[in-house]
Amino acid sequence: MADIERLESIAAQVRRDVLRMVNRAASGHPGGALGCADFFTALYFDVMRHNPQRFSIDGQGEDLFFLSSGHLSAVWYSVLARCGYFDTAELATFRAMGTRLQGHPTPAEGLPGIRIASGSLGQGLSVACGAAMAKRLNGDAALVFSLHGDGELQEGQIWEAAMFAAAKGVDNIVATVDYNGKQIDGPVGDVLSLGDLRAKWEAFGWLVLEANGNRMAELVQVLHDARGHVGHGKPVVLLMRTEMGQGVDFMMGTHKWHGKAPSDEELERALAQIPVTLGDY
Amino acid sequence: MEYRSTGNKDTRSGFGAGLLELGRTNPNVVALCADLIGSLKMDDFVREFPDRFVQAGIAEANMVGLAAGLTIGGKIPFAGTFAAFATGRVYDQIRQSVAYSNKNVKICASHAGITLGEDGATHQIMEDLGLMKMLPNMVVINPCDYNQTRAATLAIAQHVGPVYLRFGRPAVPNFTPADQQFQIGQAITMRSGADVSIFATGHLVWKALQAADALAQQGIDAEVINIHTIKPLDSDAVLQSVAKTRCAVSAEEHMRHGGLGDSIAQLLALNAPAPLEYVAVDDRFGESGKPDELMAHFGLDTPDIVEAARRAIARK
Repeated sequence: MADIERLESIAAQVRRDVLRMVNRAASGHPGGALGCADFFTALYFDVMRHNPQRFSIDGQGEDLFFLSSGHLSAVWYSVLARCGYFDTAELATFRAMGTRLQGHPTPAEGLPGIRIASGSLGQGLSVACGAAMAKRLNGDAALVFSLHGDGELQEGQIWEAAMFAAAKGVDNIVATVDYNGKQIDGPVGDVLSLGDLRAKWEAFGWLVLEANGNRMAELVQVLHDARGHVGHGKPVVLLMRTEMGQGVDFMMGTHKWHGKAPSDEELERALAQIPVTLGDY
Repeated sequence: MEYRSTGNKDTRSGFGAGLLELGRTNPNVVALCADLIGSLKMDDFVREFPDRFVQAGIAEANMVGLAAGLTIGGKIPFAGTFAAFATGRVYDQIRQSVAYSNKNVKICASHAGITLGEDGATHQIMEDLGLMKMLPNMVVINPCDYNQTRAATLAIAQHVGPVYLRFGRPAVPNFTPADQQFQIGQAITMRSGADVSIFATGHLVWKALQAADALAQQGIDAEVINIHTIKPLDSDAVLQSVAKTRCAVSAEEHMRHGGLGDSIAQLLALNAPAPLEYVAVDDRFGESGKPDELMAHFGLDTPDIVEAARRAIARK
């Protein structure tokens, strides 16, 4: 069974990394990254079977992860570094000239852990389905995980992929929706309502799981449960309720920190709320 | 060598034949299609390798993403649909998931250009070469006949990286050798000449050879070069030919803006300025009609190449 306290402690450090990276770059997307810090930590430190020291694009025999909402790059980079894909010192180069840690993730700079570019929204579920089919053709029993924003579900390609995966029985995939209800212009319900999201995924033929993405024990449990649901003919989606800006009081309950970096003073106030656990990079 | 047609065949059937051979020789080759198996001549591959075929339905954006994902795991996906839907409709998917990510995806585009015919302008894309050649990492290939399309299909499986392979609908003369080796990026001199260089691609190569015959009867010695690879352009072949002839014609079933002609114009302007005349569609959409009628109507026929050559020579 997972050591929940250890995972929570890692997630705290990841949140500090995200805030310091975005502040240093004076740009980036802290809100969603903080909201998904627990998810990334659970996935990479407990749920996925993967080889940080021997990264290959093909990832034969390993579980794969695809970040479709590429603007959450800061939290992904932090977790990749913290679990050994590259040195944590490199986090200081986030979004700077010459960095491998581009504003949005890309394999073009050779950063270990990244298998495809994302940033233009809506493409990751198709890619994840393709990678899942390649695993099947290769007789590879490992799984494919993906993460999508809730606002991102407004992109039509997501639903092309959703229809495809169910129709073709791509059942070695676990997609997760970062269901924080917020996007750049405001609440998702105001911008373009998703309606009954659970019913939509079910109507498309997916098995739907739900969890609070900011409660580590619940999240770890549901991700392990998801493993048990694969291989039964249906793709699996987790509707994961999160709070944008989770962990920093003045960044929560608003969409305003979607794409805004904290000032030095704001960073200080934010870090005061999150303990150092593994040590700052 | 002298090129003679052995009869009319469609280039898309050359693609289908090449794909089937690849299926038999390379277990990593997989094929995807968006509800156009018959049009793309993928029937034989689908029948023989059903487990390595993905029917994506009428959802081209998803098909491109699936193809990109399939490369992760070592597959070599050949994703086929009409050129209009294989480029303009999915430009952002190709840009991010294929080109920027440098994935080993082969985008196989049939029914390109005006010779698609009766379906009209919605389907007659003549911007695709420009769209694809602007993408870093993308190789752009436009073979001229059945045999060359088959050879190109085999060759691109050996190239690691994104490729755009363009071919067409109508039956056209098949005149290149059946046993040719296709070298990506290496132009082929079809006929040597001293007075004018005609750089042709796709269906226009045969017409350029016919134009050279007509020019010979007028005492003009034309060189015809088959630019089957639009990108990377065989710069040496172009510059060496123009150094000899001192003027050029480009001939393509594509818009004047952004096509082969512009690539040659840029090369000449930067290295060896010389008169260049375009045989291409002049900034307008297509329309319904028979392929041959349309080629004549849009100024893409043999007499158009002859006239362009004479204009180019007059500007020396």
